[in-house]
Amino acid sequence: MSIEVRNIHKRFGNFTALNDISLNFESGQLVALLGPSGCGKTTLLRIIAGLEQADSGIVTLEGEDASVSSVRERQVGFVFQHYALFKHMTVFDNVAFGMRMKPRAQRPSKQQIKDKVHELLNLVQLDWLADRYPSQLSGGQRQRIALARALAVEPRVLLLDEPFGALDAKVRKELRRWLRKLHDELHITSIFVTHDQEEALEVADKVVLMDHGHVEQVGTPEEVYNHPATPFVYSFLGSVNLFHGRVEEEGLRVGADAVPHTQDNFTEGSEVFAFVRPHELRIVTDTGYTQGVAAKVVRVLSFGVSARVELDGLDREKDQHFEVELTQAQVAELALIPGQHVRLVPSRLKLFDRPGYVSADAVSNSGSKQSSTGARA
Amino acid sequence: MISRTSHRSTRFERNLATREAPWVKWTLLTLSLSFFALFLILPLVSVFFEALRKGWEVYLLSITEETALAAIKLTVLIAFISVPLNLVFGVAAAWLIAKHDFRGKQLLTTFIDLPFSVSPVIVGLMYMLVFGANGWFGAWLVEHDLKVIFAVPGIVLATIFVTFPFVARELIPLMQAQGRDEEEAAVVLGANGWQTFWYVTLPNVKWGLLYGVILSNARAMGEFGAVSVVSGKIRGQTNTMPLHVEILYNEYNFAAAFAVASLLALLALVTLVIKTWVEHRASSHFNATHMVPADVNTLSPRVMP
Amino acid sequence: MAFALTPNTLFGRQRTGTFRKTYSVLPGFNLSLGYTLGYLTLIVLIPIAAVFLKTSELSFAEFWKVVTAPRVLASYKLSFGASMIAAAINAVFGLMLAWVLVRYSFPGKRIVDALVDLPFALPTAVAGIALTALYARNGWIGQYVEGVLGIKIAFAPAGVLVALVFIGLPFVVRTVQPILEDLETELEEAAASLGARRWQTFRYVLLPILLPALLTGFALAFARAVGEYGSVIFIAGNIPLVSEITPLIIITKLEQYDYVGATAVALVMLLFSFVLLLVINALQAWSSRSIGGSR
Repeated sequence: MSIEVRNIHKRFGNFTALNDISLNFESGQLVALLGPSGCGKTTLLRIIAGLEQADSGIVTLEGEDASVSSVRERQVGFVFQHYALFKHMTVFDNVAFGMRMKPRAQRPSKQQIKDKVHELLNLVQLDWLADRYPSQLSGGQRQRIALARALAVEPRVLLLDEPFGALDAKVRKELRRWLRKLHDELHITSIFVTHDQEEALEVADKVVLMDHGHVEQVGTPEEVYNHPATPFVYSFLGSVNLFHGRVEEEGLRVGADAVPHTQDNFTEGSEVFAFVRPHELRIVTDTGYTQGVAAKVVRVLSFGVSARVELDGLDREKDQHFEVELTQAQVAELALIPGQHVRLVPSRLKLFDRPGYVSADAVSNSGSKQSSTGARA
Repeated sequence: MISRTSHRSTRFERNLATREAPWVKWTLLTLSLSFFALFLILPLVSVFFEALRKGWEVYLLSITEETALAAIKLTVLIAFISVPLNLVFGVAAAWLIAKHDFRGKQLLTTFIDLPFSVSPVIVGLMYMLVFGANGWFGAWLVEHDLKVIFAVPGIVLATIFVTFPFVARELIPLMQAQGRDEEEAAVVLGANGWQTFWYVTLPNVKWGLLYGVILSNARAMGEFGAVSVVSGKIRGQTNTMPLHVEILYNEYNFAAAFAVASLLALLALVTLVIKTWVEHRASSHFNATHMVPADVNTLSPRVMP
Repeated sequence: MAFALTPNTLFGRQRTGTFRKTYSVLPGFNLSLGYTLGYLTLIVLIPIAAVFLKTSELSFAEFWKVVTAPRVLASYKLSFGASMIAAAINAVFGLMLAWVLVRYSFPGKRIVDALVDLPFALPTAVAGIALTALYARNGWIGQYVEGVLGIKIAFAPAGVLVALVFIGLPFVVRTVQPILEDLETELEEAAASLGARRWQTFRYVLLPILLPALLTGFALAFARAVGEYGSVIFIAGNIPLVSEITPLIIITKLEQYDYVGATAVALVMLLFSFVLLLVINALQAWSSRSIGGSR
C-alpha cells in the first residue's frame, strides 16, 4: 500500500518537531527514516500510525485520507522501540491479541487464531517459545515477537520505531539481515526509524534523511551516500573532512593555503563549505609542494583493511582536525611519523554555500535552506 | 506505595566501605529496636492482654453482646459501601492522570491529596455544615424526612472523605511508571477502550489496586475522629466499632472496650499480613515482568497515612 | 529518540487551556475527567468550601477573638509544639530504624519491617486506649515512670507526645527506606577511597542525599500529628489550658452548638494544613529531583 504525507506540521509547545513534511512512500518498499535524535522521525512515524495527530497536513493511505480514521481502523502494524509486549501474557497470547480483540462477527475461530499464531511464530522462527512470557526472552527474541504480533492483524503497512535500537551490536546485525529477508518475502510497505546510518543504508530500499523537522534528502542508499544534497547529509553519512574556504580564480582558498579545484557553478569570491571524504584526500610529503592544505601528522592507525591517518591543521587558532583513509600499501610507502608536516590534496571536493559568517550552527542552517529541493521524493 | 523491600542487606554488610564498627552497629540496633518495641509492640500486646484480663468468658460476652454486634455490622457495612466507591474513583482518576496529558493535571493531583491533610475532626464538622440541621441542605433534608447527620449516610460520607485518595494515590504512580506503550500497542492492534483497560491496564496494576483497597478498608473500618462527629453515637444504630470502644472505655468497662478493640487490632494485623503478601507478590511480579531494570527508579517513594 | 519517548515533558509545556487535553489515542478522557471532577467536587470541594463560607458569617474582629481566645491559643501551643517534637523524635528514630532495616540482617527483620506500618493500620481509638493503659499510673510503663521516677505521662501533655510519636513513626521510615535501599555502594566506596572516615561519609555523603526524604517524612509526620484526634484524647486528660489539643476544642464547641466558633478554629487549622501540603509537595519534588540528580 502506498502512503503519502503532505505538508505535515507538528509542534510540541515551542519545539517544532515537524516543519512542512511531504513524502511519498511507494507500495512494497522498505524505507528508512534516518536522522539524529530530535529530528522528528519518530513523531512522523507516530503520525502515520495515527498515534499522534499532526497540527496540520494530511496522511493518505492508498489514496484515502487517513486523518478521519482512528488508529484502530488504519490497519497499521506498529513495532515499538521497547517492544511494548504485554508482560502478563504469554508469547502466544501476545500474538493472538489483535485477532481476539476483533468484534465477534469478524473474529476468527479459536482454531483459526491458533493456526495463524503458529504460522507467524514459525515465520519469525520462534514457535518453540509460544508458552514463554516476554520476560523470559532475549532482546532479539522480543523484537521478533513484537513483529509477529504486529503482523497478526494483517496490516497494510508496517511501521517500526528504532527496531534494533535496544539491542547489542551483534544481534542488531543479525536482525537487520533477517528483517530485509522477511521484507523480501512479505513485500509489505514498511517504514522504519533509525539514527544509525549504517543500518539505514544496509537495509532500506530508500532512505529519507531528516534534521530539525525537515527532510534533507530522499534517495536510494547509493544516491544519498554518493551524492549528498546538503551539508547535513554529507556530514551525517560517514566521516567527512570540512574546510571553510573562498572560491577564487585558481581554485579554493582555505586560510593561507590554496586547494586546486574545478567547480564552475560558484561565483568567484563566494564563501563556501568544502566537504571531502577521508578516502578522497591525498597526503603529499614533498616539502616543496605548495598546493593543498598544510597539516601535521598526529597518529597513524594502520590495522584492518585500510589505514587511517589523523592530522591537525597548522593554524592553532582554528583547531582543525583531519582524517585520511589510505591503503596499507600507501601508508607503508609514505612512512609517516607523528609531527611530520605534510600537505593534503583533495581528489574531489563538494562545495556548499556558506552564507554570512561561520559558526557551528551554520551547517545545519544552510542545510535546511536547501531542503526544499530535496523534500519531494 | 508498594515498597519493594529487599531483605538482603549482605551487599552492605560484606562491603568494607559500607559497614560500621561493631559497636556502632549494635548501638544502632539496640536503640532502634528498643524504640520499636516500646512504641509499637507494647501497645499492640497490651490490647490483647487487657482484653483477656478478665478471662475468655467476659471477652466472648463483650464481643457477642447485642450492641457490639450491631457496631460490628455497621462497621462492615460502612466499609462495604465506601471502599468500592473510592475504588471506582481511584481507577478513573488514575486512568485520567497517568494515561492522558492535559493542563491542570498537577492541580488535580493536589486536590486528590487534599483529604490527607484535613484533620478528621474537621471532616466531620464540614459535613455537619453541609448536611446538619442548620446546614446548607438541612432544611431540605428535614422536609423530605431524610437524615444524613447522626445517621448512616453521614458516617459513610465522612468515611469516604478520609479514605478518598488511597486507591488513586496507589495507582497513579504505578500507571505512570508503566507508561503508555502497552496501551498504545493494544489500540494499534485494534482493541477498543474497555478491552485495552480490561486486558492490558488492569492486569498490570492489580497488585497496586489490591494494596490500595486493603489500606482504605483498614482506614474505613478504623476511622474515629470524623465518624465520631457525625455519628451521634446512638447505641445499636449509629455506633461503629471504634465509637463503641470509646463509649465502653468512658464507662470504665475496660475489659469490654479492649475486647472490641482487640478485634480492630486483629483487623490491623490481618491488613499488615495481606499487605506484606501483596508486596511480595508485586515485587516478584515486578521482577519477573520488568524488562528494563532502569525503570525501577521511576517508582518514587510515596507514603500515605 | 529521546524526545519522542518522553512526551510527558514536552506535552507538559503545552498550553491548551485548563482540563483540555492534548491528543492521545487512549480513550476515556472525557468520561474519567467528568467522573473524577464530579466526585471530587461532591465529596471534597463542597464540604471544604462550607468551612470558608460558614466562617464568613463572622466579622474579622469576631473571628480573631474566637481563634485567639486563651484556651484556643493554649491548644495551638500544645498541638503544634507536641507535633513538632514528636516529628523530630520520629525523624531521629525513623532514620535509625530505616538504616537498621536496610543495612543489617537480624532475626525477625521481616516482622519488624511489616509492623512498622502498624500505626497506619491500627485504628486510632485502639492505639489511644492501649497507650493510656500502658502509661497510666498502674500501667506496665506508667508504674515505673510515674510511680518510681514521678514523671506523669498519661493525662498530661507528655501523653499527647507519646501518642503523636506512635502515629507518626511510619512516615519517616517509609520515606527514607526506599532511598537508602537504592543507594549505590559505589558512593561510600568512593568516599572511603578518598580517605573519609565512616562518620564523615555519613555526614557529608549520605545525609545530604537522605535529607530531602527525611524532611518529607518529618513534614508528613508533623502534618498528621497536628490533626490527630483519636489516639490523643484518651491519653491527654483533656485539661483546659494544659492538655487540650486543637481538634478537641472544635469538638467541644460543636457539642455546645457553637458551629461558627468551631468552624473558625477549623479554618485556622485547615489553612495551616494547606500550607503544609504545599511544603510537602515541594519537598517531594526536591526529593525526587535530587535522587534523579545523584544518579
